[in-house]
Amino acid sequence: MSREMHSAKPGSAFHMKAKIIITPKKAVLDPQGKAVQQALQHMGYEGISDVHVGKYLEIEFDGEPATARETIDQACHKFLSNPVIEDYRFELE
Amino acid sequence: MSFAVIQFPGSNCDQDCVHVLSKVLKQPVKWVWHKETDLGDVGAVIVPGGFSYGDNLRTGAIARFSPIMIFVKEFAAKGGLVLGICNGFQILCESGLLPGALIRNRSLTFRCGHVYLKVMRSDSAFTNSTPEKGPLRIPIAHHDGCYYVDPASLESMKANGQILWQYCDEEGVAGVDANPNGSVWNIAGVCNKEGNVAGMMPHPERASESCLDSCDGIHLFKSMLMALKQPAPVS
Repeated sequence: MSREMHSAKPGSAFHMKAKIIITPKKAVLDPQGKAVQQALQHMGYEGISDVHVGKYLEIEFDGEPATARETIDQACHKFLSNPVIEDYRFELE
Repeated sequence: MSFAVIQFPGSNCDQDCVHVLSKVLKQPVKWVWHKETDLGDVGAVIVPGGFSYGDNLRTGAIARFSPIMIFVKEFAAKGGLVLGICNGFQILCESGLLPGALIRNRSLTFRCGHVYLKVMRSDSAFTNSTPEKGPLRIPIAHHDGCYYVDPASLESMKANGQILWQYCDEEGVAGVDANPNGSVWNIAGVCNKEGNVAGMMPHPERASESCLDSCDGIHLFKSMLMALKQPAPVS
């Protein structure tokens, strides 16, 4: 992922997986979420107050656990999400 | 001074832009492949429409990291004129050259057809040659053209004169019914604070010859020529 990760000596890097969820910001219009919500209601599912449609990404990589969180966070902020319209969260395993 | 039209993998309106600039307006134009690392001596840059990188991840999200974009940013920082059309607008927003973002149309459908545009100011580098006869009639063709910007930024953009075009009806009224995609405040195109970078979802290059039903798009390119102090041929 980062230069540091690429240059990690064999044996010192761990194989990791980042599970990233990107969702539209609450203030941003989410027509897909609305369409899905309406479809669910038409199907008879009751009590649905809100639906948001986002993206899910899995990134597998070899790197240092100490820096991995910061690196993935940077990638999410700079590229994988657009901070103007989207929020993100992720887990590392 | 020539125009540069950037080509990304998936650009598909670059030929139309080059045609209008070279054949209709008789201007020197060059194609610049996105991997180039020099714009050369150009007067203006067009970032054309299309589906750069297949619109993967988000529209314009990958193209903004193409090598040429570093040089487009440098050119813009020096005051050079940059116009992004459709996917080009999306790329300029993603790259931070323009505020806001373009998201999925509120209707969730691809919208294709002519719309009317209200020109919000006639003193910008992109609108100075717009006739006062009423709204412009220019086609759109997009799936992700809903312009979003947060309310505080919208107010400052209005105050700075950064809204250049609004979707409107034939009479020039920018109502809900005239909004084809759900854009905030019916916004069809904006510019940066400095006024030298603009983006719009409609396609002026598809409305620049009488054989194409509307010639209203040509005023946009003529405005850029005026801003560059380059005479446009009499048509």
